[in-house]
Amino acid sequence: MGAGHAHRLYRHGHSPVHRMPPHCKLAAVLGFVVVVVSTPREAVWAFAAYAVLLGAVATAARVPPGFLLRRLVIEVPFVAFAFLMPFVVPGEQTRLLGVSVSVPGLWGAWNVLAKGTLGVAASVLLAATTDLRALLLGLQRLRLPPLLVQIASFMIRYGDVITDEMRRMSIARRSRGFEARGVRHWGVLAKTAGALFIRSYERGERVHLAMVSRGYAGSMPLIEEAPASRAQWSSAAALPLTALAICLLGWTL
Amino acid sequence: MHVPDGFIDAPVSAAAGLAAAGAVAASLRGARRELDDRTAPLAGLVAAFIFAVQMLNFPVAAGTSGHLLGGALAAILVGPWTGVLCIAVVLLMQGVLFADGGLTALGVNITVMGVVTVLVAYGLFRGLVKVLPRSRRSVTVASFVASLVSVPAAAAAFTALYAIGGTTDVPVTKVLTAMVGVHVLIGLGEAVITTATVGAVVAVRPDLVYGARGLSAPLKLRVGGKLVDAVPVPAPAVPAARSTRTVWIAGLATALVLAGFVSFYASASPDGLEKVAADQGIDRRAQEHAAADSPFADYGVSGLTDARLSGGLAGTLGVGATVVAGTAVFWAVRRRREDARTRQDAATRADGRTQENV
Repeated sequence: MGAGHAHRLYRHGHSPVHRMPPHCKLAAVLGFVVVVVSTPREAVWAFAAYAVLLGAVATAARVPPGFLLRRLVIEVPFVAFAFLMPFVVPGEQTRLLGVSVSVPGLWGAWNVLAKGTLGVAASVLLAATTDLRALLLGLQRLRLPPLLVQIASFMIRYGDVITDEMRRMSIARRSRGFEARGVRHWGVLAKTAGALFIRSYERGERVHLAMVSRGYAGSMPLIEEAPASRAQWSSAAALPLTALAICLLGWTL
Repeated sequence: MHVPDGFIDAPVSAAAGLAAAGAVAASLRGARRELDDRTAPLAGLVAAFIFAVQMLNFPVAAGTSGHLLGGALAAILVGPWTGVLCIAVVLLMQGVLFADGGLTALGVNITVMGVVTVLVAYGLFRGLVKVLPRSRRSVTVASFVASLVSVPAAAAAFTALYAIGGTTDVPVTKVLTAMVGVHVLIGLGEAVITTATVGAVVAVRPDLVYGARGLSAPLKLRVGGKLVDAVPVPAPAVPAARSTRTVWIAGLATALVLAGFVSFYASASPDGLEKVAADQGIDRRAQEHAAADSPFADYGVSGLTDARLSGGLAGTLGVGATVVAGTAVFWAVRRRREDARTRQDAATRADGRTQENV
């Protein structure tokens, strides 16, 4: 548990977006993404407007654009899929850069790329401005079952421990001259995974006993009670509501 | 395989979200029944394990490597309820923390990668373990088959969702062919790794493997030179004992339905290609080539219900035949293996267990 209690995506800061209560932010991001997904894909300008909105949030949160763009690479597998679409979707053909592609395929690719990118960007902004504990607290305030939140918090809390354990096993393997090069070495790696499972499970049992000995009876005490004020809710709602207005315009125009 | 936002339209995403929420709620109850107040730490740690093991790279050939998806592994190691829960939590955290998989697609992701994978894997596993003799070898076989099938099954489930609510009308057969084709390969890797991992855990702590709980041989005491059964200890609430029969029947049914259903569609593609070749072969080829600008210009596949049906039937028969043949073979050699197994189990149980500090 010596590792820092922050995740890789978090950027420490004191911007207004950082200070906003986590459940407001979660609800805002979820609302925003739902609105984006239900926007008609023909309204190209609407997606540009969404991007501007996210840009405004990023500026308010003082998240540099480079950071945001670097995190977007997580999308790459589906981008590859999107680039295939114009070629495999049947329908009306058109010529683009001397290659024959289908029009519905192009629209489909645009749809996936635009909505997927906006969704990832919104999630990245959320993760960049909210630390772990706040995020879990926010999930709990959004009426996620407490048990689920507890499981998630244990996963997050011990994720680094388990990953570190795996890293130490890897160091131990390598210091004994092992190098995984191909399928033949899967046996060793699978034994590592098995050992990791046993260690994780046994650690879980020990953690449970430790908790019981400290008075755990099935629920965690709620230390922090910070309800969001009306002003905070309304400032958080600005993002999805503006997006909703854009979306409605996109449907009517 | 994390689905991003905008891939599946809003109504289907919402429906999948409801399905996922229902499955998670049921799993919460089921896991609490299995683990009572140990649920939170144990499921949390197993989720952390799944999360970590997904980062363990398995090199395939020069340069490329794959990793475990973990659905089948979780189902076999900790049981279906906790398994669904762990995968769902991992996906939730990946979506919220690492922007991996869209927030609106969370329901789709949990349904496909958590629920379908775990249900198929555990159903098949349970059915096979029940049908095969009670030995460690059959746990190996069962985990191999279960994880092999679970990955293409998830791909097929994704394709089904895509067919209902996909935002682009890529022909469904084409998506299915691509998805299932690729995922059979991935499933093969997943199966090898899962089997080896389960084997490694069974070898050290067989009592931890949920799927192998029925394997432990009854304790015998040597009294006056003779082996007698020890006083039967009331089994510490194995929940599966109550409904093993229904569970394994369900698993077998799943296997049959799956084999029928999946090959029903999977067989559509090669047949489709043959059909296209036959249809458009000699008489239309010249004309087609003159008209079409690109090789992809006319690539539609249509019809072929009878070919698919026969494929599905063949798949169903195949599973049946495999199960029957496998049972026969294992039945024949069961006696010989039983002694060896008892000895082995006794030896592993004597292994020390390491204790670490929390």
